[in-house]
Amino acid sequence: MQAEAALGRAGLWFGVLILSIVMAATARDPGFAAHATIIGVVAFVLMWMSAVRFDPMGRARGFFRIPEGPSRYDDDPVRWGVLATMAWALVGMLAGVFIASQLAFPQLNIEPYFNFGRVRPLHTSAVIFAFGGNILIASSFYVVQRTCRAQLAFPALARFVFWGYQLFIVLAASGYLFGVTQSREYAEPEWYVDLWLTIVWVAYLIVFVGTLARRTEPHIYVANWFYLSFIITIAMLHIVNNLAVPVSLNGSLSFSAFAGVQDALTQWWYGHNAVAFFLTVPFLAMMYYFVPKQAERPVYSYRLSIIHFWSLIFLYIWAGPHHLHYTALPDWAQTLGMVFSVILWMPSWGGMINGLMTLNGAWDKVRTDPIIRMMVMAMAFYGMATFEGPMLSIKAVNSLSHYTDWTVGHVHSGALGWNGLISFAAVYFLVPRLWKRERMYSLRMINWHFWLATLGIVFYAASMWVAGITQGLMWREYGADGYLVNSFAETVAALHELYIIRAVGGAMYLAGAVIMGFNVWMTIAGRLREEAPMGAMPAYDSDKDRPLAGSAIPEPAE
Amino acid sequence: MSLYDQLRHLADSYGLIGLLVLFLGLCLWVFRPGAKQQNREAAHLIFRDDEIEGRDHGR
Repeated sequence: MQAEAALGRAGLWFGVLILSIVMAATARDPGFAAHATIIGVVAFVLMWMSAVRFDPMGRARGFFRIPEGPSRYDDDPVRWGVLATMAWALVGMLAGVFIASQLAFPQLNIEPYFNFGRVRPLHTSAVIFAFGGNILIASSFYVVQRTCRAQLAFPALARFVFWGYQLFIVLAASGYLFGVTQSREYAEPEWYVDLWLTIVWVAYLIVFVGTLARRTEPHIYVANWFYLSFIITIAMLHIVNNLAVPVSLNGSLSFSAFAGVQDALTQWWYGHNAVAFFLTVPFLAMMYYFVPKQAERPVYSYRLSIIHFWSLIFLYIWAGPHHLHYTALPDWAQTLGMVFSVILWMPSWGGMINGLMTLNGAWDKVRTDPIIRMMVMAMAFYGMATFEGPMLSIKAVNSLSHYTDWTVGHVHSGALGWNGLISFAAVYFLVPRLWKRERMYSLRMINWHFWLATLGIVFYAASMWVAGITQGLMWREYGADGYLVNSFAETVAALHELYIIRAVGGAMYLAGAVIMGFNVWMTIAGRLREEAPMGAMPAYDSDKDRPLAGSAIPEPAE
Repeated sequence: MSLYDQLRHLADSYGLIGLLVLFLGLCLWVFRPGAKQQNREAAHLIFRDDEIEGRDHGR
């Protein structure tokens, strides 16, 4: 770096630092002051780095044993993304087990920073946006380069996307604990954090589209269609749902541009399409790349994958109103949401069958390859969740299930089963390739992870089905005198054991992720565990596979 | 007629038909004659520079 450029940059960061100090000093609420302090610390570190031209990444690269330089593809942002994915997975799942335990044992609510209301959005954002978001950004950068056979466009911007996204996560997560929230589910961060994410997201779009434009492969592989629709749609959803007017420029509080039922519909148009275009579409992109690569077979039907894509694009966006059944939302809108949700069952299962049938003729890999096993289970859970979802959206079913733990169970069979397992499989696929290792440290640990995760989900989903139906039936139970039979507190007390089972299931899932963390760590350290191969044939010695040698020689009778 | 009414009538007439035709057209496009070979090539695109030599990937 030139001296003038270094000085200019240090000056820029100094300006940001001064501004954040002013903001922190004049802030109208402590949460905003805390965030201004975080920005100030980041600006100070960056100023110091540019001033002494210190290269901390160089040192960190040595620590994480990251191979030097881009050879054909620029994989540094992918490596950082995979490490961040792993770290945020552990944080988010730990927070999940903690709040699940809080529901079973309310004494664990530690006022004010660690009570359920503040840690719950920390959990959802950490697993969806931090764990999920990082693997999506990392895998999209990996896949787009391979399928376009082009290096990542705008390398500096790609690094900004990664670090800017981490700053967004830190601001969002710390904000929840300080009580900074606009109380919109899955869109809790306040206006200034939303603005920051918008900048980062536009940079992400530029890097992705720039790489597509540089491609040397004439056809754009279908996985990139899914990734691109995810980036564009999330930008649209994020901007519309977060339209708000801040009370002041030095305070965190803001008010939504919408009110009443319009506000509710905007929120659930966003909320359901966050499920669609954050938790479904880009994870399908991962399915359409990593499953064929790991199985070493092309996708079952490329034609079906395109129909799958257009069906999701045209249908998903209308399903949001099913979150507002039996509310002030007009009846026709509720019915519209229900009908589109039911129609969605077909393309979802078409996509699941397409993924599973990719293993046609290679099903033996389920026995020998724990990564394939994980992918198959992920696709099976995608199928289960996309059957359960349309069913729950039917008004008659929803009248029983709405506001109960059944919904929580449904979300988690999708999130833990589909998003979690396909992401883990992608990480297991990526780590040996990114760090140039022969294979993962231990395949048997992947198998342990698979079983812990799968059994954990079974405990989780089964207990929540029972809890949800119990709750729903108790809420609607009328006595002969026409009054409700159960008080709300009685319905809570009835669920205590089920909440314990749910926490145990979550802890098993977390334990699997801890094993994964160890496995990834040892792989990066360059170690290979000596172990019996999975699904190996019993010992076979071709020399012994013949009639007894001696019997051919005639022997004299006794 | 208010803007809302205008948009609403567009949405449940020409807009609806337009989107439906577009959707069906995009779905039928992959069944056009000659698409089969292109789809097959696209599906195999991700294997072209694999480390493993001499494998036909189910072709």
